[in-house]
Amino acid sequence: MKTLLEIEGVSKSFGSVIANEDISLTVREGEILALLGENGAGKSTLVKAVFGLVKPDSGTIKINGTVMESGDTAAAIASGVGMVHQHFQLVPVMSVTENLILGDEPKRFGVVNITQARKEALALSEKYGLEVDADAIIEDLPVGMAQRVEILKALRRDVKLLILDEPTAVLTPQETDELLEVLRNLAKRGVGILFITHKLREVMAVADRIAVLRGGKLMGTTTPKESSESKLAQMMVGREVVLRVEKSQAKPKEVLLSIKNLRVSDDRKLESVKDLSLEVHAGEILGIAGVEGNGQRELVEAICSMRSRLSGEVIVKGQGIPNLNPRAAHLAGVSHIPEDREKHGLVTSYSIADNLVLNRFDQAPFARGWIRNLEEVASNGESLVEKFDIRAPDAYLSAGSLSGGNKQKVVVARELSQQLDVVVAAQPTRGVDVGSIEFIHNQLIAARDAGAAVLLVSAELDEILSLADRIAVISNGKIVAIFNSKEADRNTIGRLMAGLAS
Amino acid sequence: MDAKQSKKLDFSPILVPLLSIVVALAFGGILIFIQGINPLLAYRVLFTTAFGSFDGIAITLAKATPLILSGLAVAICLRAGLFNIGAQGQLISGALASAWAGYTFVGLPALVHIPLALIFGAFFGALVALVAAVLKAYRGVHEVITTIMLNSIVIALSDYLTSNPFKEPDQPLTRTPKIQDSAQMPDLLGLPLGFFLAIGLSITLWWIMRNTTTGFSIETIGRNKNAGWYAGISVKKTIMLSMLIGGAVAGVAGAVETLSIIGRFEPAFNAGLGFDGITVALLGRANPLGVIPAAILIGGMRASGSTVQFEAGVAPELVDLLLAMILFFVTAPLLARFFKNRKENVAMTSGWSN
Repeated sequence: MKTLLEIEGVSKSFGSVIANEDISLTVREGEILALLGENGAGKSTLVKAVFGLVKPDSGTIKINGTVMESGDTAAAIASGVGMVHQHFQLVPVMSVTENLILGDEPKRFGVVNITQARKEALALSEKYGLEVDADAIIEDLPVGMAQRVEILKALRRDVKLLILDEPTAVLTPQETDELLEVLRNLAKRGVGILFITHKLREVMAVADRIAVLRGGKLMGTTTPKESSESKLAQMMVGREVVLRVEKSQAKPKEVLLSIKNLRVSDDRKLESVKDLSLEVHAGEILGIAGVEGNGQRELVEAICSMRSRLSGEVIVKGQGIPNLNPRAAHLAGVSHIPEDREKHGLVTSYSIADNLVLNRFDQAPFARGWIRNLEEVASNGESLVEKFDIRAPDAYLSAGSLSGGNKQKVVVARELSQQLDVVVAAQPTRGVDVGSIEFIHNQLIAARDAGAAVLLVSAELDEILSLADRIAVISNGKIVAIFNSKEADRNTIGRLMAGLAS
Repeated sequence: MDAKQSKKLDFSPILVPLLSIVVALAFGGILIFIQGINPLLAYRVLFTTAFGSFDGIAITLAKATPLILSGLAVAICLRAGLFNIGAQGQLISGALASAWAGYTFVGLPALVHIPLALIFGAFFGALVALVAAVLKAYRGVHEVITTIMLNSIVIALSDYLTSNPFKEPDQPLTRTPKIQDSAQMPDLLGLPLGFFLAIGLSITLWWIMRNTTTGFSIETIGRNKNAGWYAGISVKKTIMLSMLIGGAVAGVAGAVETLSIIGRFEPAFNAGLGFDGITVALLGRANPLGVIPAAILIGGMRASGSTVQFEAGVAPELVDLLLAMILFFVTAPLLARFFKNRKENVAMTSGWSN
């Protein structure tokens, strides 16, 4: 069969981070190639290069035998590449038909011919066997249907190569199964499909070939027949430990954080933490290992009382934390390094000093009653900038002007400079440079040694393995296993993360 | 407010409004020129009438008084990330309530009657804002929609009340009776007392925003609601509070107009004061002190509009035109971005997206 896409020796780095290193791949007509890898393995960068959104440093990309000018999205589209983004590019208040024709509307006398458009939409949906209601408004549709519209939109432009960036991340299991069926049908019609995912089950179910990326490198190409889920998991996570953290033996004491039968739903009202129970002791780091999107975010937000609990309890030092009251959780002794520092952790237009007191600006010594004590805020800012090695000329600079690593240090400084009982650290080193990673890791260990119960949630298995004293594996909203870190085996954890019984 | 501003001086909060005014005057000048009139003459008349004599300044400041207050009402909400288009309705509600208190209570000393009537104004201004505040905080209804709707409701309701239960008896006009002498706000140093009240409120609110935990809460919610929630600030409470402060201040604006200028409530007399407040607040960069010069400028233009027509032959709509252009340029993001080298996430830009 004809080769649609040839990637030859593509490399791309962002600053000192190598996203892609000498990657060569092909996709043929009617073939489904699954691009498998952990977060940060370089999958998105690679497909963005194919679509012309990212300019590779070296290497060539050929579509239908023609070398593509790098960074030219229009040319990629013209030669038949379609991309379904993780975040849909649809107009929510318009109908399915209107969305499908947007940008290339059938016209009569200069006016959009909506009857014709509707006919085209129906014909398109029939041709590919993708059933949609042409008159439905996008915002009324379930996510799976909206995604179908997104796919149809790409197909309308006579797509030969369809790229899907983690299409199942937003879907329910049923919707996922339907999507996989759709992909199989498209492949039968000769469309080449490049499908990004980190879910092994999907790969085994649908792919003709599987390419595994790890740390920006292509680890190998295989097929579902030659491979197995456990082999794939090993390829995905089997890298050597890059970061070694010096730490002494943990001396766990009494239980400080206890989670009992917790149930939480996500933004789409689907239950994503399912009857989860967990205990974290003073003086230990409990790492939660898991593929992203398995309930970690909801778990963290429920512990910190930022997200409503359906049922269950969060108990800190024997005291129950009320629902939906972040202030109460904070006062009870929960420090929270949030997953998204720009969204939750910082007010970027505030000074570093103000950010360093963001959740205790109204407590002594930073306020006397109703009046803020700006001198205390300033001197606290100066001393934390010094102590936590925040690289800024002074504490009055706006936090938004700092680098990612230093922004994160501001959050870490604020959260770890107070009374330490329970520390919840969610992806504490995401998007942070190596130097800051080391610093933050050492701070978390120092918090542990000072007697805090540390709950570490990270999508980086390496981070969990090097920091945690105990490791709990989360999959589909449940803790499926707990290991002492000495007994932990990377492959076993990888398999459990992927939702396989060990 | 920041704990301490970065030591580097940042002129953009002053530069952008000033430039907007200059550009608006330039465009206005072209339009005047097209009419065959010397724009410099027109502007000189405008300026000397408004600021050229003590009497002129007194009139300008009297005109500026309700604008400072209505500008403050909009500004304080902008700081919380809320766009209060409803200052007009809140102001009318306050004007009518204070008029009622002004003519109904008889035999009170001025020292009691005036504050009482002002409190009536503040309370009923806040009451109108409360509707929008509750809908926003608890139901997520966008405040721009609700405050616009409430403007219409309040205007219709005040028309009804003034032509029926609160109507001055035995005469044809739709208006309330005149307020008692004891409710009449006096002048101080040749300036209306309300002017000093407005300045006092501006300074107080500026101080609250800068130095109190309440101010920090409002500012934080305005800049990053999610971070505020994370930090344990009650988003609902903060929305309610800032809307209520805004409504009360707008109510006081109406009350001051009633008690010191008009002396009663007449429906058409307060037209536009609340809407000018939006221009004032934006020109003043949503800063409680910044609204003072902005209001004085606009007050001066309002005060001299008819003189410009008389002496230079320019249509009085010139003032509206200039104000509209100032508003346009001050909000034009292009201009703002040009002068902002650092990304300054001012609260006023977040009003629409949440």
